[in-house]
Amino acid sequence: MIVLAFLAQTLRIVIPYLLAAAGGVMSERVGIVALTLEGMMLSGAFSAALGSYYAGSPWLGLALGALGGLVIGLLLALATVRYKADQVVAGIALNLLVVGVTRFFLRYAFDSSSNSPRVPGFGGEGAGGTGVGATLLASLANPLVWIGLAVLPAVAWLLYRTPFGLRARAVGEKPEAARSLGVPVARVRVLGVALGGALAGLGGAYLALDQHQFTDGMTAGRGFIALAAVIFGRWDPARVALACVLFAAAETFQIQLQGAQLIPSQFVEMIPYVLTIVALAGVVGRAAPPAALGKTE
Amino acid sequence: MSGAAAERPSRLARLFEEGVLPPLVALAIALVVGDVLILIFGQSPGAVYALLLEGTWGNAYGFGQVLYKATSLAFTGLAFALSARAGLFNVGAESQLAVGGFAAAVLGLALPAGTPGLLAVPLCIAAAAVGGGAAGAIPGVLRARFGASEVIVTIMLNFVLLALLNYVVASHLHVPETLHTPEINAGAVPRLADLTAAFRGSAANLILLLALAVAGALWWYLFRTRRGYELRAVGLQPEAAEYGGVDVGAVWVRAMVLSGAVAGLGGLNYVLGYKHYYEEGFAAGSGFLGIAVALVGRNHPVGILLAALLFATLSQGGLAVNALVPKQMVEVLQAVVIFAVATAVPEVRRVLRSAVRATVRPAATPAPAATPASTTPSSTAGRA
Repeated sequence: MIVLAFLAQTLRIVIPYLLAAAGGVMSERVGIVALTLEGMMLSGAFSAALGSYYAGSPWLGLALGALGGLVIGLLLALATVRYKADQVVAGIALNLLVVGVTRFFLRYAFDSSSNSPRVPGFGGEGAGGTGVGATLLASLANPLVWIGLAVLPAVAWLLYRTPFGLRARAVGEKPEAARSLGVPVARVRVLGVALGGALAGLGGAYLALDQHQFTDGMTAGRGFIALAAVIFGRWDPARVALACVLFAAAETFQIQLQGAQLIPSQFVEMIPYVLTIVALAGVVGRAAPPAALGKTE
Repeated sequence: MSGAAAERPSRLARLFEEGVLPPLVALAIALVVGDVLILIFGQSPGAVYALLLEGTWGNAYGFGQVLYKATSLAFTGLAFALSARAGLFNVGAESQLAVGGFAAAVLGLALPAGTPGLLAVPLCIAAAAVGGGAAGAIPGVLRARFGASEVIVTIMLNFVLLALLNYVVASHLHVPETLHTPEINAGAVPRLADLTAAFRGSAANLILLLALAVAGALWWYLFRTRRGYELRAVGLQPEAAEYGGVDVGAVWVRAMVLSGAVAGLGGLNYVLGYKHYYEEGFAAGSGFLGIAVALVGRNHPVGILLAALLFATLSQGGLAVNALVPKQMVEVLQAVVIFAVATAVPEVRRVLRSAVRATVRPAATPAPAATPASTTPSSTAGRA
């Protein structure tokens, strides 16, 4: 039973990481630094809450969530690909922008500075048991859970098994060479970042629909944990998925043992970030990013 | 702005292009966005902007709050600029500032009550610089030794250090029922309100003078010392600097340590000047806004002081207009300013240049290639 509870909670926690990290892989593999995952998720969460609230349907929330992330991805692409702005600066500016915009429109749409009203989510109101089984069943009834489980395999297939993926990887590693072979570098980058934004937006939508509301700053650094997973997983979809599961399991472990006080919660919180720094320092095998990552064309 | 050899007109033109144009374009774009947001909320832009100015520069209290916020932003802006001049992005000011403030608070708690300020204040200043500098050393060393991206390391380190401070304060140092340490025994500096009654209630304090001193010192270091020259050379062309005999790795470490130290000093504004204790989350946001300040200030100390005033005015102005429109409007405007400086300004400059070339002086000397603006130092061309 303990094991089942652990699995159920890990599943709930890992889904937004998987979705956002998949977006991060797409963005970074075409050469655009994924510092904006946090903003894309927050935008997705807010859009999903809006859509679900006004349409009364979580499906529209899901669609709008993807759109909310996509818009941020397009803005990032506009700044970095079209206008050749610095990727780090533009990424951080967009994160700040989303925080401000969501807060502003939270006041505008719902006249609140903290949260939206309750919005419909997946799984229905009737399934509201509290036991482990109910949690698991609710998760399995949520299409975003299935999308989350499938997303990194899908990204792996896209990157390694399709012509677009070949072009995307070429653009992320050697854009000059790709261009000389006739690959439209700018267009591939825009597509990669836009798709990445939509995926991260779905991660945010999962949060809002799972909690049946939007709360101010509800992504709470999850976009950066997803970025940590991308780096710790060395930009490879399979390893990134494992990193997401590892980080989610650590978080679950901490929640389940909250009463026991074995390890202070702050130290568990640090795990993804410390592992990422260690990976970047190359202590256990070197984490080499895509060669053209962060370089303005 | 030390172009000794540069001729006059081109120097003026460069000052305009580098120093005046970016904030003007960014402000114009922000004003348009602001108008839209205000109209969405059914208010009159004129009334809102008038209220914003009245609540910031229109009275001593508001102005004092602007000065207080500008002080923190000046430190984080200078910190970012220092790293950017070396070609690095220190995105860790958020946590370095917290570590610096924490170090000063711990020392202020450890000193016996009644320690003279002339001794305690410099010691606390040193503690903040050491704390922030140590936090900056980690990404500096990892970059120099292992080539680890300092952007990612500083971002990740933000979370690690803030969680660590949270643990130490929550489990060992806090006053019951609060998230802050006890008040420091020594090291507090006077507020402006202690000197002039008009500032009553505002948090502005004499750490302001330290910010001005650091800005001056940074200008001297960057533009008047050999090490500053090396630092800027590494920022412009690491390979060329290396070929010229500069130890690039050492410069990177030095730049990150100094950058962290300057950010760490920013923590004093709250700890020594305002509340006299370290509190969880006291610095939230000033680290990231520092990047905006450095960007708008063109990575130049004078520009950064002005940009810090601008962003502080927006922050404080948000509170002033909150009755008419949500104060979150200014968060949007601040982000729009950064986005515009990073994106629109280089484009405007390109357009301006080609227009000038096409119409005024068809056979003019070729303008230097438009480079990405964010890290381009403005004053290297004319230096002997």
